[in-house]
Amino acid sequence: MPESIVTILDVAIGGLLLGGIYALIAMGMSLQYGVARVLNFSHGEFIMLAAFGTFTLHTVVGINPLLCLVIIGPVIFLIGVLLHRTLFHELSVRAPNVDAYAASSILASFGLLFIIQNLALMGWGADYRAYSYLNFGVNIGGAVFSANKLVILGFSVAIGVGFYMFLARTRIGKGIRAAAQDPQTASLMGVNINRVLALCFGFGAAMAGLAGVLYSMRIPLNPSMGMQYTFIAVIVIVLGGLGSIPGSFIGGFILGIIGEIVSYFDPSLSLAAYYLIFMILLLVRPKGIFGK
Amino acid sequence: MPILEGEGVTKYFGGLAAVLNVDFAVEQGEVYGLIGPNGAGKTTLFNLISAALVPKPGIIKFKGVNITGKKPYQICRMGIARTFQTVKVFGNLPVFENARLGALFGTSTGMSATDAAKEAADLLDFVGLSAMSATPAKDLTLANQKRLEVARALATKPEILMLDEMMAGLNATEIAQGTELVNSIRDKGITVFMIEHVMKAIMSVCDRIMVLHHGEKIAEGTPQEIASSKKVVEVYLGEQDDAGS
Amino acid sequence: MDTARFTSKGFLIPGIIGLVILAGLATLPLYGSLYNVVLVTTILMYAILTVSWVMFSGSSGYLSLATATFFGIGIYISTLLLPNTGALLPLLVVVLIGGLGSSIIALGVGALTLRLRGIYFAVFTFGLVILVLELFNWWEHSVSHIRGRFVMLVDNDIIYFIMLGIFVATVLTYYFLQRSKFGLALRSIGENEEAAAHIGVNVTMVKVITFGISAFFMGAAGAIWATKLTYIDPYVAYSVNYSFLPVLMAIFGGMGQIYGPVIGAVIFAYLQEKFQTEFPYYYMLSFGIILIVAILYLPNGLVGLIQKIAQRLRKGGTGEEYADT
Repeated sequence: MPESIVTILDVAIGGLLLGGIYALIAMGMSLQYGVARVLNFSHGEFIMLAAFGTFTLHTVVGINPLLCLVIIGPVIFLIGVLLHRTLFHELSVRAPNVDAYAASSILASFGLLFIIQNLALMGWGADYRAYSYLNFGVNIGGAVFSANKLVILGFSVAIGVGFYMFLARTRIGKGIRAAAQDPQTASLMGVNINRVLALCFGFGAAMAGLAGVLYSMRIPLNPSMGMQYTFIAVIVIVLGGLGSIPGSFIGGFILGIIGEIVSYFDPSLSLAAYYLIFMILLLVRPKGIFGK
Repeated sequence: MPILEGEGVTKYFGGLAAVLNVDFAVEQGEVYGLIGPNGAGKTTLFNLISAALVPKPGIIKFKGVNITGKKPYQICRMGIARTFQTVKVFGNLPVFENARLGALFGTSTGMSATDAAKEAADLLDFVGLSAMSATPAKDLTLANQKRLEVARALATKPEILMLDEMMAGLNATEIAQGTELVNSIRDKGITVFMIEHVMKAIMSVCDRIMVLHHGEKIAEGTPQEIASSKKVVEVYLGEQDDAGS
Repeated sequence: MDTARFTSKGFLIPGIIGLVILAGLATLPLYGSLYNVVLVTTILMYAILTVSWVMFSGSSGYLSLATATFFGIGIYISTLLLPNTGALLPLLVVVLIGGLGSSIIALGVGALTLRLRGIYFAVFTFGLVILVLELFNWWEHSVSHIRGRFVMLVDNDIIYFIMLGIFVATVLTYYFLQRSKFGLALRSIGENEEAAAHIGVNVTMVKVITFGISAFFMGAAGAIWATKLTYIDPYVAYSVNYSFLPVLMAIFGGMGQIYGPVIGAVIFAYLQEKFQTEFPYYYMLSFGIILIVAILYLPNGLVGLIQKIAQRLRKGGTGEEYADT
């Protein structure tokens, strides 16, 4: 296969992989912001936490990182539910109006960011850590791709689609969608709003956690790595359209591909590119692609 | 020349036309009413005039001058003031400050602090809120907050005052007081453009009324003409029974 | 302006206390140890950041997380104009340029992002620190190929006095801004932006200019702080902590009165200095917890809490004082 085609395929797969991770992170944040109405600045910290958790479970206990998905995912889910039940619910009760709640929940999540980041610093130190898993090459039609890339891509698409099905088909999923559209009517129709909000927050955190487990196979880890993903998640949910879960999914892939293309030319400029996209988006079409 | 005109005023939200091709002309000194069922586009039209939104397409003229595309603060300083359907007082500031700020920022020529204070005092007296000057605005009853919004708007020395459902949520006595207030404002020489659901009030105080339905103008005329228009009655049947008229 | 205000009792007493404290601070290098001078310099730096942050975010209600960015820009301007090879310009001029440089960037960022809803503004400013960090890293890595810069040494007492001067300027600006027509406009924006716009306030201009003014002091503080750090790289200059700590200090201290943010800054800057070396991450962790506790249980900060207690102790306090801020 000619060199240029391989490069293009490599960038394409890299973009899809990055996109898959972004899609999961964004879907998670979309749940928290779109339904629970919390703009969670500590969202990226759950990615970081899950990544470090996988690192430790794999290097110390020898557990397969893919298995960590089912170990760490639920743990992060529970942490998310607990956080909402205690902190964010309490804030919503005390807030005199919607705007006050928005402000206090953002600030509280900012505090959470520092708590989680410093816990990680205490646990793992400030140095970069990494582990390797499935790092061998897979030959597809004469081109060689890293196995973990394909595995991550596969899993993130599967999780994303799976979660979408969950929202569309199950009773809990329908309750979530109802609560997202109109909390008052939903609660009149028998949906336990407080439970739904806490679940959403938990699912949102869990999505971040799953993304963290997957991505930890490929990147070096560091306690301050989370913040950029929080920022990226917001860009994606705006790109995809606020309140649209499928929008976040697709938006994630779009941004991931753009990011990979920019990275090909200069890796350290991808964040600048995202920032530029964000600015243009907000000035020209804040509704995003699928926004209502 | 009409003091406020609109030509082909349109606004789409997504695929839905909230206001569609509305022409209107408010004459100086009159009390002009705007009615229509819920969702007819009345507040949207106000928002388009006050520049909270931009018509696309459409033109709005004030005293013959095209004001489309200007910013809200410019519209205010030119002489158009408004109140809001959901009351927007400065809650943590005292009643007096609320009124004073209108005079301080909203007039076309600017006012000194002392003059603004005097203006505020006069207007609070005019709307009957002098006794509450020091109370934080958020502690007022809804009816009083609405009066405060009127005082604040009047403090900007407007030539035309737009009232958005000033009577909503008021009891019969308060409605009567509100009607009296509108008449007093007209007596000051200020044109009044008012959205109302409370039929009794609007019919008794307006010189002319425009009716919107699904964003389009379906009728315009004197209160008698509107009341006897079959089209309007059809559109309104059922709506009239709530709204405490 | 209302001169009667200056002689009223409510002004005289805090005013005298303020002057006494100022006199004590102004003479500190004469009687204080080196350690104390450096400690107070640090406290003043955080107080500047906190008061400047409140200047904009406290009144307008727009949460800015860009403090670290403007502080860092000031630091980098120092590296350019005060390299260890020798000053290119007088120290005070550099401090001024540090402030102006940050101001100009703030005006640009503000003009672009302050027409958006508050939530987008918060996210933008949050991302700004990360972005600028990345850009400077990229520059040093790919363009200049020089890792880190050195700033020239300046006497600790001089650093102290300049920081004190910036602090006084910040507080005075905040004080007069609050009481000016401009400050009133900003307040009305914080109360209800749409209403403010409709009574004649040019909301975008007021927000952007205030944002720019607040960034000036952050940049100036950064410029002089660089001479204390001496070694600067992007991670040193652009740290999210400098966005987080002023928020914590302001919320904990309380934003109702001028001295609230200052008290908050004094408390946490002092705690940070004490614990930074021994328990580096524990104290930051506890700060995060304190922020959350403050948000939940101290809606008006420490000062607000004290005022409430005082009001309750006052005989028959019906709260006739009108919100005097």
